[in-house]
Amino acid sequence: MLKAIYEHLKKGLQKTKEQAKIGLSELNISRKIDDSLFEDLEIALLKADVGINATEEIIEFLKKEAKKKGLKNGEELKGLLKEKLISMLKGCSGELRLLNEKPDVILFLGINGSGKTTTVGKLAYRFKKEGKSVVLAAADTFRAAAIEQLEVWAERTEARIVKHKPGADPAAVVFDAVNSAKSRGDDIVLVDTAGRLHTKEHLMKELQKIKRTIKKFSENQPCETLLVLDGTIGQNSINQAKVFKESTDVSGIIITKLDGTAKGGALIPICRELKIPIKFVGVGEGIEDLQPFDPEAFVSALLD
Amino acid sequence: MFELLTEKFSGLVEKLKRAKRLDERTVEEALKDIRRALLEADVNVEVVQQFIKDLKGKLVDRELIKGLTAGETVVKLIYDEVLEVLGEHSPLQKPEKTPGVIMLVGLQGTGKTTTAGKLARLLKSKGYTVAVASTDVRRPAAMKQLCTLAQSIDVKCYADEDEKDAVKLAEKFVKQAENDGISYLILDTAGRLHIDEELMDELVLIKSRVHPVEVLYVADAMQGQDAINTAEVYHQKVGLTGVILTKLDGDAKGGIALSVRRVLGVPIKFIGTGEKIEDFQPFYPDRIAQRILGLGDIQSLIEKMQAAIDEDKAEEMAKRVMNAEFTLEDLKEQINMIRNLGPLENILKMIPGVGSKLKHLKVDEKKFIKIEAIINSMTPEERRNPQIINGSRKRRIARGSGTTIVDVNQVLKQYKEMKKLMKKMKKSGKMKLPFNLPM
Repeated sequence: MLKAIYEHLKKGLQKTKEQAKIGLSELNISRKIDDSLFEDLEIALLKADVGINATEEIIEFLKKEAKKKGLKNGEELKGLLKEKLISMLKGCSGELRLLNEKPDVILFLGINGSGKTTTVGKLAYRFKKEGKSVVLAAADTFRAAAIEQLEVWAERTEARIVKHKPGADPAAVVFDAVNSAKSRGDDIVLVDTAGRLHTKEHLMKELQKIKRTIKKFSENQPCETLLVLDGTIGQNSINQAKVFKESTDVSGIIITKLDGTAKGGALIPICRELKIPIKFVGVGEGIEDLQPFDPEAFVSALLD
Repeated sequence: MFELLTEKFSGLVEKLKRAKRLDERTVEEALKDIRRALLEADVNVEVVQQFIKDLKGKLVDRELIKGLTAGETVVKLIYDEVLEVLGEHSPLQKPEKTPGVIMLVGLQGTGKTTTAGKLARLLKSKGYTVAVASTDVRRPAAMKQLCTLAQSIDVKCYADEDEKDAVKLAEKFVKQAENDGISYLILDTAGRLHIDEELMDELVLIKSRVHPVEVLYVADAMQGQDAINTAEVYHQKVGLTGVILTKLDGDAKGGIALSVRRVLGVPIKFIGTGEKIEDFQPFYPDRIAQRILGLGDIQSLIEKMQAAIDEDKAEEMAKRVMNAEFTLEDLKEQINMIRNLGPLENILKMIPGVGSKLKHLKVDEKKFIKIEAIINSMTPEERRNPQIINGSRKRRIARGSGTTIVDVNQVLKQYKEMKKLMKKMKKSGKMKLPFNLPM
């Protein structure tokens, strides 16, 4: 029995290895357009986390176009595919919206481990380089040592940090941060919040409270509510974006960890279903590894 | 099991209602839905393709299971197949010499540090002397995070903020643990990308110096298609002995479990199910199988109930109900038991079929608080003997509990109805206690 299972597993392993070659770049697309080509394309898209619904839409589109235009060779599909993907991301790119209110407040949200604190650090660095004065609000009072982690970033970027003790009310930290930034005339407040799963209702309410606190200073703030999404996450990130958007009115997305081999294809269904602008892409641990989102570059990487 | 199906699978059972046998067409129809479910659960697409192909071979022309329809047979067989791939529950290796080092490795942000704390707590509760240490010299405050966690569960934590060499640190910590007579040393490592050669080499070096009994790969259950590539590289380079799946308290389906088992063949040892340090359990394949297929997590629910409900108290109450002695005191106790289960919404979501249908259901927990407050504002005599509660007593109770007389009346009415029901049940001899859970 055990041996049978082992053999079975081994076989599965070999198979998977053989098939692991299917990526769009490795996929031999310069061949006759037939069902097997579409099947391979489908697998390649699924592998990039594009998800079954969006993938089916793309394949349907390609099939229809191929028929309409009488295409014969897969090579002719390449451009169409790229165009389709870019068009699916249309309306989902955008720059940071700053109001120059002194302070502009940017709120960062996301599930645990998505890279919020690191992203806050990188953005602080960006703003500093532009000559802006930046305040970091350590509103993650929950995770052990989260405040220390942000303190290190404050040092690195020479930003001012406002913090309370661990376990303190995050809204109170935010109040103090915005309040002091206002009286000192600082340009930007970056609010780092505790990671939370979108399924935890009470934690989503806590975010709403933080938002209300910010609104006490200015109805226009926070000028951005940015959801930080882990690019290695699969179809669940659609749920995350949906719930965060519903409960906290997310204004933009930052997708992180695209420096590995993950492609972040879940952005396609997220954009397709939710139309939230994607602002930045995190591509490494270095302080400068944060790039504005460029749909064309993203799609090229996706198809690579 | 078939009452547990979520929408997708009830749809499937319904679709195949008229099928008399599992011919090729019927099976193909069914497998389309299964494929979709697996892909939505982030099972690796190649694993899915192979799995579906294997399934087809096994299902076509298979005889129906006695008493089940074609659709039900298909679901049952698929469930069994997923279970088989997921493998058995697999316990931790016992150390041959102390300290037994358990290395935790994985990408950034998968929850290694939190997991180190959780694992330490679990081992400590089993009577082992445990220590934790972090060799993460890169992420700011990583050591501090681990030691804060360790402190909260009263477990030793080794740290050295000045040493910047992770390998030297690891050796130093093992020596310390040896001196302290530690049986398990949990070694947290820095999160790293599998393609970061330099850092992967560092892991290999640490491993060769500390001779761990376990090298556990901590994987985020939400990870997408790339998850298996990453795990594969880790396995090839470092050599894994097991996997811990984290963040299963969200609504991610954890398809990675299936991919990891199928491709690496490494056992899944534990799962992390929440932010609290006790939210950590040994891996049981049936639960993940149900989750991946969207069958609901009935087992966790049962366990939660068993843990929250005091058997003796339930027994005692059963007797009282039997004799129609059920008082308001008992009602309060009963509410307490239910509330011990945690937020009711979470409980309802675990019930298969309910989860998807009642997505937007909000349970008003305040109602329970109200009932409790009202009962608390009664005198012991009133609780035992509610008939004596007259108008002026009601006014006092309402004032005392911050509610209104209408609220008090409502509680009394509910209590009366419950009592009437119990009398009836006693007479008919069919005892179905509301709190004696059928398990």
